[in-house]
Amino acid sequence: MKIFHMLAILLVAGVLGILAWSAFTPVQFASREEVFEIPKGTWARRMSGDKVEILPSRIRLTLGVHDVLLLRNLDDVPQVFGPTVMMPGQSFRLPFEVASSYSFACTAHLSGQMTIVVQAQPRSPWARLSWRVVALWNAVT
Amino acid sequence: MSVASVRADDGAALKAGVFDPPRVAPDFVLSGSNGAELKLSAYRGKVVLLGFGFTSCAAVCPITLGTLAQVHKKLGAQAGDLQVVYVTVDPERDDAAKLKKYLAAFNPTFVGGAGTTAQLAAVRKDYGIAAEKVAGPDGSFTHSSFIYLIDRDGRLRALMPFGHVADDYVHDIRILLASP
Repeated sequence: MKIFHMLAILLVAGVLGILAWSAFTPVQFASREEVFEIPKGTWARRMSGDKVEILPSRIRLTLGVHDVLLLRNLDDVPQVFGPTVMMPGQSFRLPFEVASSYSFACTAHLSGQMTIVVQAQPRSPWARLSWRVVALWNAVT
Repeated sequence: MSVASVRADDGAALKAGVFDPPRVAPDFVLSGSNGAELKLSAYRGKVVLLGFGFTSCAAVCPITLGTLAQVHKKLGAQAGDLQVVYVTVDPERDDAAKLKKYLAAFNPTFVGGAGTTAQLAAVRKDYGIAAEKVAGPDGSFTHSSFIYLIDRDGRLRALMPFGHVADDYVHDIRILLASP
């Protein structure tokens, strides 16, 4: 019985620790850029009937810490990528400065649309906690 | 404003999305709303803002063109080095004369481009522009709403998404005008 009590206390302490870390540690990324690349050979794969999806239809960015979309076409042919057409070897860097939801016509998606959701930088403990919960949820779903 | 920005190849930060390396903007020849041939490469030496839309557009185009009219005004004397080119995605209803009347309501220096269905489709393909007719009686279109920024040398330098304010355009145009 004592062991169960100890385990319960440790579990609660662990959860509280994670919540405290989530609430008080600033949201950080290694880079401001969210990078998507069209690998070499993508066109050939598509021509052979392979349905290659590179860009998700919904991309989530965060102002101030992770707010630049970087697309690279590493294939040998021009590709419609995101909102525009890109030449082989070309990159496109799109910065965001306003929190909002941005919709782009994108023929690469079945829906014909790509949405970029730019969130404000979470500064309060509650905002950081909410941000991390949503990020975790998006990562596992 | 946050500090999010990227650098053009001259080292200056643009508000718009930047292509690297920039490619030469695909040239086209259409019927110009000014009554002459609209050849994109004829505007070398100016910064060109290239957009796509249609005169019956009730949502996006009036806002974009209104913003571009503000840009033109804010640039002052530098506006002489700017050319706005607006190409229709609606060949059935828009011709050069209709574009002229429509664009003049925003700024008389704006030039519209009209053409056949095939001509306009070819231009859209070159620029990766999506345009699709919406089913319904009003014959509306959904279409790409961004504006391309083309530098004095005719290179496709950047893409400004819909929703940016006039000051963002002015900021970027001044950088492009100052580029060697």
